[in-house]
Amino acid sequence: MRLIVHNMLSCNIRGVVNKFPLRIEPEKVIVKEVDFNPDFLKHMIAKIDWKALVDGARSMGYPELPDHPPTTLESDESFLRKFHHSLLELNLEEGSLVCPETGRKFSVNKGIPNMLLHEDEV
Amino acid sequence: MKLKQLEGLLGDLEQFSNPKVELEQYPTGPHIASRMLFTAENSYGDITDKVVADFGCGCGTLSAAAALLDAASVIGFDIDPQSLETATLNAEELEVEIDFVQCDITKLELKGQIVNTVVMNPPFGTRKKGADMEFLSAAMKVASDAVYSLHKTSTREHIKRAALRDFNAKSAEVLCELRYDLPKLYKFHKRKEVDIAVDLWRFEPRQN
Repeated sequence: MRLIVHNMLSCNIRGVVNKFPLRIEPEKVIVKEVDFNPDFLKHMIAKIDWKALVDGARSMGYPELPDHPPTTLESDESFLRKFHHSLLELNLEEGSLVCPETGRKFSVNKGIPNMLLHEDEV
Repeated sequence: MKLKQLEGLLGDLEQFSNPKVELEQYPTGPHIASRMLFTAENSYGDITDKVVADFGCGCGTLSAAAALLDAASVIGFDIDPQSLETATLNAEELEVEIDFVQCDITKLELKGQIVNTVVMNPPFGTRKKGADMEFLSAAMKVASDAVYSLHKTSTREHIKRAALRDFNAKSAEVLCELRYDLPKLYKFHKRKEVDIAVDLWRFEPRQN
C-alpha cells in the first residue's frame, strides 16, 4: 500500500466519527521506484490531505517532507522529488492501519490492506 | 500503445482459478478490457496521468490495462483475497505498479477527491439482485471525472434512469454494445459458451 491510497482510506465502522487518517504501524516498508511526473504531482498537492501524508511518511521512516507544502512549486524540484517519493514510492508491505478513534487494526499483508468489517461493525 | 498490443498483453493474464459464483466472478476478456480502456483514454483522456480505481477488480485485468496506458496511479478494490493474490501476480508479471485493497465496495467510503476515473466490470446482479446498482452508486461517489462500466444491454433504460435520478450523474451515455463471452465456468451453465450483449457506459458525476 502506497500513501496515495492511505490518503483515501478511513475506518468505516458504524458510528465512528474520528475515522481519518489511519495510523500506520509498519512492520516492513519497501521502496519501489516509479517514474517522476511533476505535472501530476503539482496537480495532486491540492487534493492530498497534507498532514496525513507527512505523518504517514514519517511513520514509515521518511521524515523529509515539510509541515506545509511550499506555495510556489515552479522551480522546486527537490520538494517535488520528496513528495513523489512519499506519495508513490514508499510501500507498506506488512503492518497495520489503526483507527484513530477505536484502535481497531486493519492488517496489511503482502501490501494489501484488509478493510473488511466484521458483521457487528456495519 | 496500440490497441492490438494492449489486447495481447492482457490476454496473457492469469484469471480466476476457482471462481466464486456468489460474487459473479467472470473474467473480463482481453478484447473487452482493451477496448474499454482504450476508448476511455483515446476519446476522453480519462486514463493517462490520472488516478484510476477499479471496483471489483477480480484478477486485475482492467487495472492492468489502466496501468499499461500510463495511469499515474491505479488502485484495484475487491472483496476476494484469492483474486487479489492473482491480481498482484499479474501486475508483477507485467511490471506495473498497482495498489490493491481488500474491501466490500458497497460499504466503501473513500475520502477526498483523489480518484479521477473509476473503471469496472461489476457483477451484473443476476445472482445478487441489485449488486450492479450498488457498484454504480459507489463508483459515482468516488470518481471526480468519469465512470466506465459494463452492464447488460437488457437493463439499459433502468441504468440510465437510476444514474441520472439517483446517482447524481450529469450524463449517462452508452459508448458501444459489446459481446461478452461467458465461458462455461459454473455447473449451472448448460451450454458450453454463451455470449451476452453488454453496454459500455460512460457516466459523468455532477460534482463530488
